[in-house]
Amino acid sequence: MAVTPDDVRHIAHLARLAVDDARVPELVRELNGILGHMEALGKVETEGVEPTTGVGDAGLALREDAGPPIPLTRPLEGFAPAMRDGFLIVPRLATHADEEDDALA
Amino acid sequence: MSGTMPSAAVLARYEMVVGLEVHVQLKTRTKAFCNCSTSFGDAPNANTCPICLALPGALPVLNYEAVRLATRAALALCCAIRERSVFARKNYFYPDLPKGYQISQYDRPLAEHGHLVIGTNADGSPVTVGITRVHMEEDAGKSIHDRYPGLTAIDLNRSGVPLIEIVSEPDMRSSREAGAYLRALKQIIEYTGVSDANMEAGSLRVDANISIRECGETALGTKTEVKNLNSFSGVERALESEFRRQVDVVSGGGAVEQQTMLWDGANGEVRPARSKEASHDYRYFPEPDLPPLVLATKWITAQREALPELPRERRDRMRTEYRLQEGDIEVLTASAALGDYFEGVARHHGDAKAAANWIMGEVLATLNATDTPLDRFRVRPADLAGLLDLVRDGIVSHSAAKRVFAEMVATGDRPEQIADRLGVRQESDAGALGAWLDAVIAEHPAEWQRYRSGERKLQGVLVGMVMKKSGGRADPRKVNQLLVERAIG
Amino acid sequence: MTIPGDRRVAPDPVSGVEGAFAAMERARAGADGLNAVLWHDRDHALDEARAGQAYLDDGGVPGPLAGVPVAVKDNIATLHLPTTCASRILQGYVSPYEATAVSRLRRAGGIVVAKTNCDEFAMGSSSEHSAFGPVRNPHDLARVPGGSSGGSAAAVAAGVVSIALGSETGGSVRQPAAFCGVVGVKPTYGRVSRYGLVAFASSLDQIGVFGRSVRDAALGLEVIAGRDALDSTSDACPVPVYTDAAERDLEGMVIGRPKEYFPPELDARVARACDRALERLVDAGATVKDVSLPHTALAIPVYYIIAPAEASSNLARFDGVRYGLRIEGDGLRAMYDATRSRGFGPEVTRRILLGTYVLSAGYYDAYYRKAQQVRTRITEDFRAVFSKGVDALFTPTTPTPAFAIGSKTTDPYEMYLNDIFTATANLAGVPAISVPIGRVDALPIGGQFITPHFDEPTMFAAAFALERALGQEAHR
Ligand SMILES: [Mg+2]
Ligand SMILES: [Zn+2]
Repeated sequence: MAVTPDDVRHIAHLARLAVDDARVPELVRELNGILGHMEALGKVETEGVEPTTGVGDAGLALREDAGPPIPLTRPLEGFAPAMRDGFLIVPRLATHADEEDDALA
Repeated sequence: MSGTMPSAAVLARYEMVVGLEVHVQLKTRTKAFCNCSTSFGDAPNANTCPICLALPGALPVLNYEAVRLATRAALALCCAIRERSVFARKNYFYPDLPKGYQISQYDRPLAEHGHLVIGTNADGSPVTVGITRVHMEEDAGKSIHDRYPGLTAIDLNRSGVPLIEIVSEPDMRSSREAGAYLRALKQIIEYTGVSDANMEAGSLRVDANISIRECGETALGTKTEVKNLNSFSGVERALESEFRRQVDVVSGGGAVEQQTMLWDGANGEVRPARSKEASHDYRYFPEPDLPPLVLATKWITAQREALPELPRERRDRMRTEYRLQEGDIEVLTASAALGDYFEGVARHHGDAKAAANWIMGEVLATLNATDTPLDRFRVRPADLAGLLDLVRDGIVSHSAAKRVFAEMVATGDRPEQIADRLGVRQESDAGALGAWLDAVIAEHPAEWQRYRSGERKLQGVLVGMVMKKSGGRADPRKVNQLLVERAIG
Repeated sequence: MTIPGDRRVAPDPVSGVEGAFAAMERARAGADGLNAVLWHDRDHALDEARAGQAYLDDGGVPGPLAGVPVAVKDNIATLHLPTTCASRILQGYVSPYEATAVSRLRRAGGIVVAKTNCDEFAMGSSSEHSAFGPVRNPHDLARVPGGSSGGSAAAVAAGVVSIALGSETGGSVRQPAAFCGVVGVKPTYGRVSRYGLVAFASSLDQIGVFGRSVRDAALGLEVIAGRDALDSTSDACPVPVYTDAAERDLEGMVIGRPKEYFPPELDARVARACDRALERLVDAGATVKDVSLPHTALAIPVYYIIAPAEASSNLARFDGVRYGLRIEGDGLRAMYDATRSRGFGPEVTRRILLGTYVLSAGYYDAYYRKAQQVRTRITEDFRAVFSKGVDALFTPTTPTPAFAIGSKTTDPYEMYLNDIFTATANLAGVPAISVPIGRVDALPIGGQFITPHFDEPTMFAAAFALERALGQEAHR
């Protein structure tokens, strides 16, 4: 399962990281180098072994359906990069359609 | 988008196969994973905190009420509840998704294997749609794209509000069935008090998966997902339109491609939402910030026992208990509240048919005209029953009763008080009637003589005069009797 | 002689804080020297000290850390100093809420005097991957202090504070403790609230404590440990008085020596220091037993799948929308890409890509799921030895002493191997502590005790005993 340049571009896109083509070969090498060491896992017999999910089997402690919310010692306006009329502001999606469904996901 | 429309003959060769994914907002005071209020209409980002803003280091803590309501809905849909369900992260970037992932459930959802009865076949057997799963998740915030040119405005008040996603089996074969499923689902959600389930307000959202196949075929075709559906009728129209589009493609020798379509209600057509290469890879994995949700068998049983009477059970009971026509029962069980109202009136008054007629007539008309929800309607069942008693006992006439009712709606006073205030109680006391009759006889001796000597057709005239003198309060039946007695006597 | 609720009272809060800042000067703990401290606010710290003094003057009961200056790793949320995780993407960010561990330190009377440098988002084993420059080892400025909590370790080693908070995901407290010659403890997963600890790998992260002595570390942990309703993974079991463990002798204690931690190629001088430590433990009444944890060698592969996978998701929130760095671009996608590409350093970028890859469609089962299965096996290894009468395990904390700055930056995996003896405890969730056991080439090395889940008392008992038994040998 070797990582290809296309894989790197794909996961960079998924992770919203701009990776300029010059760095792709280097990353391909690094990732394959690291993943090479992971092959050792393939040799372990894990038939019927439960994957670890969460630590401890106590189960989830639930909270009461009540306030108050945890207060902010400084308002959102105090640290948000861009706000207007109380709204957080971001640039409009350049290609809107391709993430429209995400908005509804 | 192909504009051509396949002929009826071609359409008839195919059937649609529909499955629905419905998101329902749970009626909790606070959000799923933080203590922020779920109330709407507040100033943008007013209901936010370190957790729903996804500040560095903040962690989710699950709301008990969200679990209770989700379980309640799942039980009402006859699902099997998983005693150990697991939350998962659904990873994708969107500015109204603060953490960069949605906390949802994936391979071990809260509930599975349910079903919902959406109607009755000609042979009386129930039409059933399978429920694949019911899982818990959190809502995203709101992105407003048309407020500032070139910018998107984000309001995170909705971010983290608890939802359930209800996924149906692909069991529906027509847009009509899809509509029936949605109405039955909405009704059961309302009956259980899990949600307002209001599509206009966004507390109920629908996505549809639709494929087509030639009638008689059993294999499933390639499905498309239709989104942006904002009303039940919109769902039905969108399905019809997508059905025609797919038939057009397939009958033309083409192949339907798996993609997401958006319903454009204004132009009454569906259009592709995104290109295939941007297809998504959500990288689900178990949410490490939340241990598995473990529900005790005893607790689940208690939730099942706490379920209210559901729409179908209620209709069956009312059918036998009140012997009403199917149509009336449908209307009267539309909501739990209306059903309770009807039964309240029927129990106090006794005559279920009369109660049904008044509620389906005057009451619903008034509620619709003033669009008042039943719980804020001033006429309580006992009082309406009281009014119906007055009519039955001939104490107020049917036409007067409508005036009394109008006053009850306006003031909330009891019908007896209002009948007195309006002076519409019918007078049946012999003394009073006699006095009016004497007066009439005194004023019209000639007519009285002719009547006594057998000119029976004058009876109506004389009764009319008495009624007039009584200001309409005399009970006409009694006046007639009295007239006859005097004539003979 | 210790009494329950043992406390470490400074002469008085104000002079305590002044002492800490004087020590910061002397040790040149800032950017011009060790670069251990990123942020500090003398005036605010002194205000807190005066408030603490006033409280004591009014006859207030002194908390266990009354007036004690403490340092906090920069990935733990504090109200009055920045919390940047040593990353450009959070440069200038001051948290509007406080981490539970910090609230508890302050409620106990402690005063936060510094936020310490570390590897960006705690991703590293050398504290070289900081957006604000590498931390230097007080014992040799040309060498790394270890990481990722290198700044906290160096601050304690340099005498700036006697107690500091760090965080662990794969050894980020124990390994720098060993490299800097101080005590470092990683509690049981769930023992300390993670609320306010900026997440790296949620299923592995735990806040840990550095101390100049075992007592300092025990006292610090005692104060911050315990159930927190704000962390669903924090455990409700009661918190013992850890400092009481100082009184326990090792009579009858069985200490396991796992052969996988003593491979033939292990540096002989490290092995000798461990043998000496084991002899002292036997003198103190313990018996040593050879044991095996067969899946140990797989810890690094498992760790470097699970940790980056969780990190790729945990770091998605740094998107320039609500806080931190934002670099505008043509459209939303461009803003995301520019902000994240320039906000994250190369190691963080590498791990996000690695984690995204192992979770992406088609690879999940082969990598992430498989790793979680092997993780279960690693946990079973520990349960097995502990169920066979072993009370604690003793191992070297690291295979080597501190290495030279820049010597392990070519092959990332070389660096990852630093965690080989520490990552297992994070994967299994068991507690572990590193204590100084001597020197190699005049550089400190550490020995590690690992005990069963929530058996910190036994872990501390062994650590106290070894510290006593070695005395000055621990630093020779
Ligand atoms: Mg969903
Ligand atoms: Zn909130």
